[in-house]
Amino acid sequence: MKPAPFEYVRPSSRAEAVAALATHGDDGKAIAGGQSLVAAMNFRLARPAVLVDLNGATDLDYLRPEGGKLRIGALTRHAAFHRPVVEGPLGVLLARVVRNIAHYPIRQRGTFTGSLAHADPASEWCLVSRTLGAEMVIANTGGERVCAAADFFRGTFTTAVGTEDLLAEARLPLLGPNWRSGFFEFSRRAGDFALAMSLAALEIEGGVIRAARLGVGGVADRPLRLEALEAQLVGQAPSAALFAGMGEAARDLITPTEDIHASADYRRDLIRTVVNRALTQAAS
Amino acid sequence: MSWIGRSLPRLEDPSLLKGQGRYVADLARGAAAVKFVRSPLAAGAILGIEKPDDGLVFTADDLVGVKAIRPLLHRPDYVPVSQPVLAKDRVVFCGQAVAVVVADDQGLAEDLAEQVFVDIEPEDAVVDFAQALGEGARAVHPEAPGNVLVEGNIRTPGVDAAFAAAAEVVALELRSGRQTAMPLEARGGVARFDPLAGRVTLYASVQMPHMLRTGIADVLGFPESDLRVVAPDVGGGFGQKMSLFPEYVVLVWLARHLQRDVAWLEDRRENFLAAAHSRDQVFKVRGAFAADGTLLAIDADLKSNVGAFSCYPVTCGVEPLMGLAELPGPYRFSEYAARSRGVTTNTCMMAPYRGVARPMLTLTMERMMDVAARRLGIDPVEIRRRNLIETFPHRSPTGLVYDEGSYGETMELAVKALDLPTFRRRQAEARAAGRYLGAGFSVFSERTGYGTPAYAARGMDIVPGYELVNLAMDPSGFVEARIGASPHGQGLKTSLAQLIADELGVPPTKVRIIAGDTDATPYGWGTFASRSMVIAGGACKIAAGKVAERLKSVAAAMMHVEPETIRLADDLAYAEASNQTLPIGEVARAAYHQSHRFPQAGPGLQEQALYDPAGTFSNACHACIVEVDVETGGVKIERFVVAEDAGILINPMIVDGQIHGGVAQGIANALFEELVYDETGNLLTASLADYLPPTIAEMPSIEIEHLVTYSEATITRAKGVGEGGTIGAPAAVINAIVDALSPFGIDLFEIPATPQRIRDLIRNAERTSHG
Repeated sequence: MKPAPFEYVRPSSRAEAVAALATHGDDGKAIAGGQSLVAAMNFRLARPAVLVDLNGATDLDYLRPEGGKLRIGALTRHAAFHRPVVEGPLGVLLARVVRNIAHYPIRQRGTFTGSLAHADPASEWCLVSRTLGAEMVIANTGGERVCAAADFFRGTFTTAVGTEDLLAEARLPLLGPNWRSGFFEFSRRAGDFALAMSLAALEIEGGVIRAARLGVGGVADRPLRLEALEAQLVGQAPSAALFAGMGEAARDLITPTEDIHASADYRRDLIRTVVNRALTQAAS
Repeated sequence: MSWIGRSLPRLEDPSLLKGQGRYVADLARGAAAVKFVRSPLAAGAILGIEKPDDGLVFTADDLVGVKAIRPLLHRPDYVPVSQPVLAKDRVVFCGQAVAVVVADDQGLAEDLAEQVFVDIEPEDAVVDFAQALGEGARAVHPEAPGNVLVEGNIRTPGVDAAFAAAAEVVALELRSGRQTAMPLEARGGVARFDPLAGRVTLYASVQMPHMLRTGIADVLGFPESDLRVVAPDVGGGFGQKMSLFPEYVVLVWLARHLQRDVAWLEDRRENFLAAAHSRDQVFKVRGAFAADGTLLAIDADLKSNVGAFSCYPVTCGVEPLMGLAELPGPYRFSEYAARSRGVTTNTCMMAPYRGVARPMLTLTMERMMDVAARRLGIDPVEIRRRNLIETFPHRSPTGLVYDEGSYGETMELAVKALDLPTFRRRQAEARAAGRYLGAGFSVFSERTGYGTPAYAARGMDIVPGYELVNLAMDPSGFVEARIGASPHGQGLKTSLAQLIADELGVPPTKVRIIAGDTDATPYGWGTFASRSMVIAGGACKIAAGKVAERLKSVAAAMMHVEPETIRLADDLAYAEASNQTLPIGEVARAAYHQSHRFPQAGPGLQEQALYDPAGTFSNACHACIVEVDVETGGVKIERFVVAEDAGILINPMIVDGQIHGGVAQGIANALFEELVYDETGNLLTASLADYLPPTIAEMPSIEIEHLVTYSEATITRAKGVGEGGTIGAPAAVINAIVDALSPFGIDLFEIPATPQRIRDLIRNAERTSHG
């Protein structure tokens, strides 16, 4: 359980970090919280030749609303979201979700963008980003580009971040005052990876759903946003029957992955339940 | 004032809680790191092993003169197999040690190990019962063509007649997934070579230090006195640390061969792959019942997957033969037929794990009772009332003799604690609201503290069971008891100190228990099988009683009274009649330094005692209330009640701790933990991301009720209590789940009852009812 030999560099700024990643290319790997990477290295499943430690790049440590977006720098830990980080529904939503991420000590070290860059299919932040339509700011020595969540997640542990790129920031759209959210996750034990989870956000005015965001995670190689169902929700009054129907529709839309903890049949059952419960919570 | 019966804080805890415990890894400083290269395949022929040019790498060919581990049972139906300490010619399970490397630190050792390439011609793996017992199955070991390493059979004369006369025959097939004991501290050893003495000291995280010394000396072929084995603080064992593992033999061989200190600290992945597993059983059982619910007969076919090898010293007979002998449990039927087989496969070796066979036996009998009750229209509690043993001694159909117990009484206590009538009302209301609550019971016996007769009856080549204690009061009036048992977290040192304190009239803080060091303790069998309180405790009581007699004799001479009039208490010797007292320390000093004054007592205050009892049965009833989320299959345990009877409790807090830990491991067996091999024999659950011990968040609060039955079967009147929690919990949880799901008409016969398995049953039931 010792990693293969590696070199270690600790840049002191975002620019230096980007330069280091460019220098080392395929051999380099950025590390922030290390909660997934270090375990993979100890199993020798990951063998980066050079670790580029972002923890000295203090200009990546920020979290602020700006221009209708919540800007999350690459050193923002999960634990930062334990209490609402921004006024309004988004802060509440993030605080609701964060407690499902692993365990308290892990949340003190792991980072928001680290989760996105790792792209575990069962990552809560990946689901949040995909469902709410986040933008990812990817930097390299040539400058930076903004990638929509829909294009960012490419598969299990695979994203739009290239070998010389740094995922420097994620931007989540702020939600207006009439938005409410619901999140439901089913896992074997508290803190385990989700076997299925759903995030729902509804804008409800005058007893009618004006806009909806609905996503499912832990069931495919990447988080899924169910835009077809979002469209069906709009204009409807929230009801148990509506949400139960959405659960069944979601179940029928998705071809889930299988593993030793959940067959495809079982995951289909869970999809129905997590979607229904997330929507119900959002409307309650 | 008696120390027995008091919840004294554990004498072990101050150092452990302050992080001052000394575990094997704390003793590894300066030693070279050892890493084993393990087989990536479950079965195949070794064509060659490529080693790097530099570095210390050893394979089976280097171990000249080293014998194989070959545990024996003297039974006609036992097939001995040999376990080479490093794989020779072929590999038989994924994770088997094939080579070993030594380097200056752990990282370098792992780098070196990566450069060893084992060329294996793979063979089809035999993983499960179907593959092992099917027509034309490949033999895992050539010497066992049918893949059965041990078989036991029993049949009483009236079985067929009982089934013919039965009003109801209940046939069940139960299955337990494979579990591992998951001690917090994995295995590990530090072997230090002493060039002056030519001797090795092995510090190892083990439960049986004397047995380990015997085993290593036999396999390596040197006198036992050339080896000292020390079990320092041990972070849990649960049976996994009983056996002689190849790694320890190799470690001692390396220390002698290299004349160098070497350390092997197992990582969690190795522990998953190669330590020892347990459970993995399929029980096919029929029960014959009379119309009034009386159980007339049981006919059972028990299969235990014992893995690739037989564990030393208890052998692979431990699960199958205990299954055969103890299936009748707490019920008093007289006709019994059973066939029990230990089946070898290309999987990790099985070894005893807390509960051994009885979690499955209890699940079997308790499911049987619930199913029979339902079919016969009898209340589940009532059918048990009609069948539980109530006269003692009771002789089971397999010849086991049960001493006094309180089987019915513990059940009634648990029923009362649950307040069943109120629960049934609440259950009905919840169902109307779409919530599914259930209550379940599990009554069982726990055979504990058995000495040599029980092991000899199994035909063991090495017959464990007795315990010796060397006990001395030193000239300052402090006590040292050297025991052959080897506690590793149980708080035994505290309990024994309380017992000895009462005999000698000194406070427990003046009693030091010395254990786990072959240089400092009499030959003994270590700590396992719920034996240490009963057997080491019994030996301590006898030895302390003998020292007390010496003490009284000296005190009587000093005070010029008769020894019978001396009472030892409060650290004083009282001469009651003459109203004199002497501090015990003064008497002790005189016993050593003024021995010429006490020719009758002789010098010193030292005694040895032996205890080798036939055994005693603890008993308990577990009861729980669960809520099942029928959409996800998730189970929440709302209440968990244990009504138990382990005789006299020396330290009730420690007993409660044993029950808490045991129940947690039983709940793990019922709901969470399962080792899964794929069809090639590759372990899919080799990390704590996939193998799921329950955490504190999944554990209910456990309510414990104690009953005390006085039994003459043990000298202390204390019974063993180490395994009961693990034995009873699975059946209680599963029965509660089935009760909760009764509107769906679902039965459940497989553990762990994972959310997926529960949901599959509900989905099928929904389909059937809709279709």
